[in-house]
Amino acid sequence: MSSATTPPDSDPTGRRRVHSMLKLYYGLNEEGTAAEQAESLDPCDINGPHFDPEVYLNKLRKDCSLCELMDHESCMVKQIRSLDSDMQTLVYENYNKFISATDTIRKMKNDFKKMEDEMDCLSANMAAITEFSARISGTLQDQHAQITKLSGVHTLLRKLQFLFELPARLNKCLELQAYAQAVSAHRRARCVLQQYSHMPSFRGIQDDCHVIMEQLAQQLRQKFRDGGSSAKDLSECVELLLQLDEPAEELCDKFLSHAQSRLEADLQGLEAELKDSAFTDTGGGSVQKTSPGSNPISPSSSSVINPFLSPTAGTDILEFIDRGCNEFVSSLCLVIASYQELFINRPQEGELASKNIPEMANGKLHVFVDTLAARYFSLVERRIQEEKGVGDNSLLVRALDRFHRRLQAITKLLPGSAVPSHGTEIVVRAARERIKQYLSALQTFYHDSLTDVRQALAAPRLAVGGASASGGGVTSKDATPSLPELLTSLSNFILNQLKSVLASVHLFTAKDITFSNKPYFKGEFCSQGVREGLVVSFIKFICQSSRQYCESAGDRGGSTPPALLLLLSRLCLDYETSTISYILTLTDEQFLVQHHTPVTPVTALCAEAREAAQKLLNHYVKVQGLIISQMLRKSVETRDWVNTIEPRNVRAVMKRVVEDTTSIDVQVGLLYEEGVRKAHSSDSSKRTFSVYSSSRQQIRYAPSYTPSAPMDTNLLSNIHKLFSERIDIFSPVEFNKVSVLTGIIKISLKTFLECVRIRTFGRYGLQQIQVDCHYLQMYLWRFVSDENLVHFLLDEIVGSAAHRCLDPSPMEQSVIEVICERG
Amino acid sequence: MERCFPFQTSVTVYKAYTRVESDANTIARALTAQTAETDAIRFLVGTQSLKFDNQITNEPKRLSSENRVLTCAAVWRMPPEWESGSHESPDDSSNNPQTLELLCHLDNTAHGSVACVLWEPLGDGKRVISLAENHVLLWDLQESSTKATISSTATLEGKGQLKFTAGKWSPHHNSTQLVTANDTAIRGWDLRSMSQIYCIENAHGQLVRDLDFNPNKQYYLASCGDDCKVKFWDVRHINEPVKCLEEHSHWVWSVRYNHSHDQLLLTGSSDSRVILSNMVSISSEPFGHLVDDDDLSDNEENQQEDKGKEPLQDSIIATYEEHEDSVYAVEWSAADPWLFASLSYDGRLVINRVPRALKYRILL
Repeated sequence: MSSATTPPDSDPTGRRRVHSMLKLYYGLNEEGTAAEQAESLDPCDINGPHFDPEVYLNKLRKDCSLCELMDHESCMVKQIRSLDSDMQTLVYENYNKFISATDTIRKMKNDFKKMEDEMDCLSANMAAITEFSARISGTLQDQHAQITKLSGVHTLLRKLQFLFELPARLNKCLELQAYAQAVSAHRRARCVLQQYSHMPSFRGIQDDCHVIMEQLAQQLRQKFRDGGSSAKDLSECVELLLQLDEPAEELCDKFLSHAQSRLEADLQGLEAELKDSAFTDTGGGSVQKTSPGSNPISPSSSSVINPFLSPTAGTDILEFIDRGCNEFVSSLCLVIASYQELFINRPQEGELASKNIPEMANGKLHVFVDTLAARYFSLVERRIQEEKGVGDNSLLVRALDRFHRRLQAITKLLPGSAVPSHGTEIVVRAARERIKQYLSALQTFYHDSLTDVRQALAAPRLAVGGASASGGGVTSKDATPSLPELLTSLSNFILNQLKSVLASVHLFTAKDITFSNKPYFKGEFCSQGVREGLVVSFIKFICQSSRQYCESAGDRGGSTPPALLLLLSRLCLDYETSTISYILTLTDEQFLVQHHTPVTPVTALCAEAREAAQKLLNHYVKVQGLIISQMLRKSVETRDWVNTIEPRNVRAVMKRVVEDTTSIDVQVGLLYEEGVRKAHSSDSSKRTFSVYSSSRQQIRYAPSYTPSAPMDTNLLSNIHKLFSERIDIFSPVEFNKVSVLTGIIKISLKTFLECVRIRTFGRYGLQQIQVDCHYLQMYLWRFVSDENLVHFLLDEIVGSAAHRCLDPSPMEQSVIEVICERG
Repeated sequence: MERCFPFQTSVTVYKAYTRVESDANTIARALTAQTAETDAIRFLVGTQSLKFDNQITNEPKRLSSENRVLTCAAVWRMPPEWESGSHESPDDSSNNPQTLELLCHLDNTAHGSVACVLWEPLGDGKRVISLAENHVLLWDLQESSTKATISSTATLEGKGQLKFTAGKWSPHHNSTQLVTANDTAIRGWDLRSMSQIYCIENAHGQLVRDLDFNPNKQYYLASCGDDCKVKFWDVRHINEPVKCLEEHSHWVWSVRYNHSHDQLLLTGSSDSRVILSNMVSISSEPFGHLVDDDDLSDNEENQQEDKGKEPLQDSIIATYEEHEDSVYAVEWSAADPWLFASLSYDGRLVINRVPRALKYRILL
């Protein structure tokens, strides 16, 4: 680094080089040096350590022009100058710093010396103080011991004084009725007295105390027994007595019996009320029995306004339960709470803890609560059972809710008690009972509405006012109700009633009702109770009662009007197609039924309803067929067919038959669809109806035979029968109009046939039958599904009549036609 | 018009169709078994037809037959309106149709048309009952039966036109009881006093068509009628039927108990069917009392064959649909208890046997 020979390239690099040199000098080896060394191996690098001036110069001389060399030189000189000045300042600065450091060190040396002197002085002083202190405490030792002793004596004396004063103090306390003070004082002294009782003076004191305390205990007991005092007093009293070693069991008993007497009074009050209501029940018995049932549920509610309805039985159930809750349950809770405070939850101390009072007391309390609650429950249950009317369910639910809610307080107070679960059971029972009542109410409602429908059917032309009053809305318009109207109103009534019942029952599971989240009300109540017990049972009941209509009416001469059968059949069919699934879905939705137990599936119910519908319709066909049959039979049986005159007209009964069939057709058409019929010829009524077996010209049956040849009619008819299907007379019908009418006509004509077969006809008798049959054929074909059926049966009738004819000479077909068209 | 159709018992006839052959169109109506014949199976068929080429212009409505002495069968033919019945007795012959000999007339012109004629079920066959309109007539036959005289009568009084439709002479109680049907009511009569002893009003929903007594149980009675039902009655408790069958689809015209096995019951109906049912529960043969041992008997089946069979239930044994027209009469054979005949309107007589399996079950 000779400044003269190494002109730095640039200022920063030169300075850094200076730094690194200095560092090197001070031993601070940096990592950067390695790199520097690596780059400065070049001998031409003016800053590198291996700088060779000769090489450098040669290189410059070789490379540069003169002018450049000149420039380079001047630059180099400038750099050398600046480096020189840098070096000078640096050296100067360092020198100054060295000077000031030397000064400081010198000054510190002087100060430390002074401080050392002072420390020596301090330690000497401390030693002196220690010595003095030891000397003083040595001199005070004796006096301290004396003072301690004296203060001990003083305490003892005070205690003794307390003891001697104790009887007097106790007496004073007794006078002032400061029992607590007395007892605490006595407690403090008791052990001491016990310990020193061998000394006569102490014995005296002890005896005195005993007497006084005995007296005190007596007074306390008296106070406890009187019981008039407040709960706080009472508890204080019990606490004191317990401290006086009074037996806890006895105290519990006393406390409970005392409480019992008060609770008994409440219960008796309730019971008296119950008896009162029962009395009024029987007093207004007949009125009351009918009114709650009919009020909400009968369709004719508006007409029956019962003055005895609102004050049903003195107090309603909500009031009763309210009273029970407010009087009995709340005071029971109070008793439980104070009892627990007194006997169970007290902090146990001393020897009392060992006596296991809480357990004993708890047992007693449970027995006590259970017996009283049982009586209370029996009363409540009696009251609930009196609640027969299905009117306002919300009242009952609210009552039950309140009942249940109040019992929860007991749960909180008395965790292990069976009382709340009993209470829940009562609620559950009440709910079950309620469902049953609703079911029977629905059933009576169903019967009532059927009766209404019957009345409407039986007296359709009666005064409108009467119908609307008795029918209770079956007829709202002036016109007499038609079958479809009756059907819709009936099914609407039933559905609405069912819905309202569901709504009432739904109250049991409402969210704000405390018992609704019990497992019973979440599961079984919904599925078994409401769904199965109420809805499914009701649907089954409808089907069953419908079936009963078929059976009973069949034997006892058709007491059921046929229209009702038809209507019920349609009702059942509607149930099968839609209503049942609707109702069940509604129920499931309302009650969120989760089916843990198997329930009746919708399909089974539908099948049942369909079966009932089928039965009813079959029965309808039977009944209607029977009515027409009777007409035909009478007409055949009562006439003297041998001696009759030549037919001039169609007999009136045949016209009647056609009329009735037409009206049945209209009636059925109101409720059932048309149905399919087999294609028939364009003008069936004009079909030639000249066939009767005895004519011996059976061209129709066997066209290939020569028409004039006498044929064995039996053979012919049997050949025909072989190829025709057997006719089942009372066969089940389908749910459509054509099928129903086919059934009715089949029955009627078969009867006609059988009746003809046991009569004997004269010539004109046979002709009359011919005319009648032709007439029937003209009109009946349009009602049936297969007109050939009518033809076949009518053929048979004419054929049989011919068999039974004394002089079988048939009438000309053209004449028959003329007569029929005229009639 | 009337034919006998004899079948030898030894012949293995299982099922036979027979037409009641006639040169005229034959409408058969009545059927009866020859009751006193024990060797030959013989049925008598009555027809209803009006016959033009015959000099007899009356119509036989009901026939009653009775074997009087040894092999002689007696047939009554009753005209309904204007002629009294005739009594014919054919010789015992096996193949050729025999003309029945007329023995005597029951002269009842005073009482209207006859609904049915009944022989005394037991005894020497001297008494006959005929039901005419609303009269019950008890006839005594003279020895050799050429003359009949009315011994006593009873008349059914009531509102409207009462008319007997059927009757049956009870084989029990020393033949002193008669049961009749009119409209929907069934009435019992005591023949000694000729007075009514019981009456089942509304026994059927509609007309009662036929009656039969259980041959082995004296108070049991079967009835059938237009309500398609067959009902069983205990005449001591007439409020409710003991049992009710509803198998036919039209009027039931005839009901017959098997003479020896009274669980077998035959019914014929105008739905062209004949139904053979097995009414075990109300029969005199005690099948039911084994029910208690039923469960246990499975194990003992091999040792005790009697107990091994499970009791038969009340059931339909068979429905015979051979007829093409209404069946008006069914009858068991008097000689073979497993054979029966049914007769339909078109004159077809069908003879059937009780199914062999059932027969062995009843017998063993």
